Amino acid sequence: MITHVRQGPNILPLELKDINFEARGQRLIKDMNCAFSTKRRNVIIGPNGAGKSLLLRLCHGLLKPSTGSIEWSGAGANKGREYITHQQAMVFQRPVMLRRSVSGNIDYALALKGVTPSQRREITDNVLQRAGLRRLADQPARVLSGGEQQRLALARVWALSPEVLFLDEPTANLDPSATHAVEEIIQAIHETGTCIIMTSHDLGQARRLADEVLFLHRGRLLERAPTEQFFDNPQNDLAQAFVKGELLWWNRGRDNRKPPKENN
Amino acid sequence: MTDFSDAFGSAFSLVATFDSALVEIVGLSLKVSLTAVFFAALIGLPIGAAVALFRFPGRSILTVFLSALMGLPPVVVGLIVYLLLSRAGPFGVFGLLYSPTAMVIAQVLLITPIVAALTREVIEEMWNEYEEQLRSLGAGPARALPTLLWDGRFSLITTILAGFGRASAEVGAVMIVGGNIDHVTRVMTTTIALEVSKGDLALALGLGIILIALSIGINGAAFLIRRMAEQKYG
Ligand SMILES: Nc1ncnc2c1ncn2[C@@H]1O[C@H](COP(=O)(O)OP(=O)(O)OP(=O)(O)O)[C@@H](O)[C@H]1O
Ligand SMILES: [Mg+2]
Repeated sequence: MITHVRQGPNILPLELKDINFEARGQRLIKDMNCAFSTKRRNVIIGPNGAGKSLLLRLCHGLLKPSTGSIEWSGAGANKGREYITHQQAMVFQRPVMLRRSVSGNIDYALALKGVTPSQRREITDNVLQRAGLRRLADQPARVLSGGEQQRLALARVWALSPEVLFLDEPTANLDPSATHAVEEIIQAIHETGTCIIMTSHDLGQARRLADEVLFLHRGRLLERAPTEQFFDNPQNDLAQAFVKGELLWWNRGRDNRKPPKENN
Repeated sequence: MTDFSDAFGSAFSLVATFDSALVEIVGLSLKVSLTAVFFAALIGLPIGAAVALFRFPGRSILTVFLSALMGLPPVVVGLIVYLLLSRAGPFGVFGLLYSPTAMVIAQVLLITPIVAALTREVIEEMWNEYEEQLRSLGAGPARALPTLLWDGRFSLITTILAGFGRASAEVGAVMIVGGNIDHVTRVMTTTIALEVSKGDLALALGLGIILIALSIGINGAAFLIRRMAEQKYG
């Protein structure tokens, strides 16, 4: 049982208004408007370079939008920057582990959140157990395999029991059984009341995990719909092509400001 | 040529028999340089890390300045410390000139920039890798500073060893501020300079052998520490 349960008011919902993000003179996120509310599972899909990772970073506060606003509008949003930061957590496409033991990495994250040492120990044991990493607890984290590190990254955010969890392709490079294990962990985290916002290239995974699917293409949010509706009857023609596997990469023309032509 | 091989022979026997004059000189050298490297690390590690982590006006100028200080000529440092510590200088009242303390001060000035500049490089590279993850966990630059110093400990040990190597091999600064006084401020490098000028090669060569061994030992240690750390911690 996780002893360190979330407490305090929610920071969700999260509202993005007219977001644009530019880097080196290129508009990478364009006129985006959307909102995320409590306890939902959102899966963002779209081709490589669509801006999925950027969108997660913007939402998580690691990047500032060039124009537009990103606001947490729950009651907890008034409790200051630090509170807002600690209500969120993110698992990166390539998780970074400190040169410490597996349990030391979780302990560090909990310490930053201000959890007391005795509670830290209990929580760490607990999540390592549940993530199937207990026998690796004293191993240096950086010598773990890619899949094990990914599970450790999940165990680490699990320990933090955030209100909102961002996951950037959490199962890229994992074998089917590791993928299954990671999906189970994500479900378990969600069941503690965490809102999931994740990206994926695995449409099957999107079907399995998502309550809602967001389709991104060249920096634009082209469609957002409940999972079944999205897969059975996507409204946007690019989303249609993507779901059918027909949106080929060379559709990304040189001028990425215009929508690409449909692929035949 | 026999002179030369004789000198080598007696040099080796000095080293092998732990000749007391030689041991005294080596002992003082190590004491001075180790003390200097301790303070240089104490000052240089946090400064280097801070320059790497914080964004402030003049940061790039400071970076260039730090790198430039790395190449500071030892005699110039010696001169500056001499001026500061001499009777007429601002710190003259302490009477530190021609003491081991003066040599430590000179070496600290000499190697702190080296430790700081190399630390900056190491920490900056790590920050590129860690920044988003640490920020996500709620650690800004200030909280990341001790974390990164600890996580970079193996690379940083190499940095400190580089500082120690430079300190123990340096002659100009300690000569000026130490004065090369027998039994008081005579260290390996200054003794070598003096003995060679007197034409007495045995002691000079013996100390030379030790300096070279020290240098090889330091580099070997740095190499081993890195490799072991890589294997153990990834
Ligand atoms: N800091 C940056 N500076 C300039 N361009 C950037 C920067 N970060 C991302 N980009 C560009 O923005 C676009 C979107 O990047 P992003 O990483 O969000 O894509 P993605 O949808 O996550 O792709 P993938 O599926 O490959 O992970 C890419 O074309 C990328 O080259
Ligand atoms: Mg990405």
